[in-house]
Amino acid sequence: MSELQELYQQVILDHNSNPRNFGSLEHANFTAKGHNPLCGDVIELDLQVENDSISEIKFKGHGCAISKAASSVMTTLVKGKTKEEALEQFHSFQKVMMEDGKFDEMSTLAAFEGVKEFPSRIKCAILPWHALRAALEGEEVATTE
Amino acid sequence: MSAFNINIIRKDFPILNRSVYDKPLVYLDNAASTQKPRSVIERISKYYEEEHSNVHRGIHYLSQKATDYYEEGREKVQKFINAARSEEIIFTRGTTEGINLVANAFRQSSIGPGDEILISHMEHHSNIVPWQHVCEEKGATLKVIPINDEGELIMEEFEKLLNEKTRLVALVHVSNALGTINPVKEVIEKAHAQDVPVLIDGAQAIQHLKVDVQELDCDFYVFSGHKMYGPTGIGILYGKYDLLKEMPPYQGGGEMILSVDFDKTVYADVPHKFEAGTPHIAGVIGLGAAIDYINQVSLDEIAKHEEEVLHYGTEVLSGIKGLKMIGTAKYKSSVLSFDLNGIHPHDVGTIIDREGVAIRTGHHCAQPVMNRYGVPATSRASIAMYNTKEEIDELAKAIEKVITTFA
Repeated sequence: MSELQELYQQVILDHNSNPRNFGSLEHANFTAKGHNPLCGDVIELDLQVENDSISEIKFKGHGCAISKAASSVMTTLVKGKTKEEALEQFHSFQKVMMEDGKFDEMSTLAAFEGVKEFPSRIKCAILPWHALRAALEGEEVATTE
Repeated sequence: MSAFNINIIRKDFPILNRSVYDKPLVYLDNAASTQKPRSVIERISKYYEEEHSNVHRGIHYLSQKATDYYEEGREKVQKFINAARSEEIIFTRGTTEGINLVANAFRQSSIGPGDEILISHMEHHSNIVPWQHVCEEKGATLKVIPINDEGELIMEEFEKLLNEKTRLVALVHVSNALGTINPVKEVIEKAHAQDVPVLIDGAQAIQHLKVDVQELDCDFYVFSGHKMYGPTGIGILYGKYDLLKEMPPYQGGGEMILSVDFDKTVYADVPHKFEAGTPHIAGVIGLGAAIDYINQVSLDEIAKHEEEVLHYGTEVLSGIKGLKMIGTAKYKSSVLSFDLNGIHPHDVGTIIDREGVAIRTGHHCAQPVMNRYGVPATSRASIAMYNTKEEIDELAKAIEKVITTFA
């Protein structure tokens, strides 16, 4: 596969055109906005947390295929997880994307390995995760800068 | 002067020879920054290798030489824009600093509540934010001239907005996001009829159109060296002498004084009053070489060639299914901004980049323009004198790749 094909894998293209958990929550008790000031991308994240676990999560906003797919995949992964587990996932996602390591081959996240070959796009993939961290830690806005 | 020869011109720009990802570079991001001809690069090297010293102070040989070349650069700019005198040329770091210098003078002026500053909906952030600062600080109001769907100023609205409260009109000459050439002469005439001064942001105009500040009768005209084939870090503020003379200095320091005592400092005259500290000498000398190069090719010939490539590009891109041009003004220069099937410009840019084609994707520091068209960002190809129709074909081929990827 070429690097471009690695970047725009079927999983990413699919989540981009059919994003899961797209929209907003009426009774969200945790929300945050993620900004990428470099490109103007914005992602709004709504969470419903009950008994310390994420029972509902939705996102909306505008962004590139990578940030949209990353948001969609993220929502499917953290739904049902405790706050702590979700934050742990944020840290491990960030570590693999920014530093080193690999994703579990079976995980949907493996689709994002290709992004690492495009340094200017890594922030696109991390944007929704920043928003998630911000929401869970009670911040209203997260930026990639 | 011989006829415009694209092959010779392309050979003059060493970087055009290189490849990226094993593909010949197609550089279509000229509105962000143009490449440099060899004459500019070599002139800067020569300065550092043989002529460098500080200006305006040493009496030794090299200092005199550096001063001569630096002031010669000022005269080249003066002639290039036909300013009445060389003191009207202030060197800055770029267009942004030029606008901030004028905004600083307004901040220290009597502007206050009830007064208005008039800008347009198609300004670059650099011609919005400094005026927002002034308005916030002084209680004045920022007013915005609207634009139509084609990306043209709505002149009737401008005339309605212009009134006795208006203290300044700050307008872009050529829009970096849309390519629109604004009717600046008409705007200046109408503003002057009400005694309102006008600042023109010429960052995207100066390298494409003949600018004659006396004919325009603008009060201020700002632009950057790096968008006109010169080095980064050097910009130009033209201001009418009488206005500049009345304006307070921008920064304090060396170079901008006549005498300093702890009780009182006497400022130098225009232009040095505005050039505190050691200036960007190499930048000015490189800029001078860029102006020489443009003059040698001839701005008329450049404009004619770019117009042809722009026209061709508009035709080719408009023919691509799902591609929508953003900015379709009747009078346009050098910019092809577009939306592709709603595919995010970042994805467009990444795929096109791997084909060796460099374009800009994003909001182009003009977020209000993006909001006007309901898009978060656009993809923008922008043309300079060295671009060809063949390169437009390469761009079109690369766009087809994007369409296939997202099919």
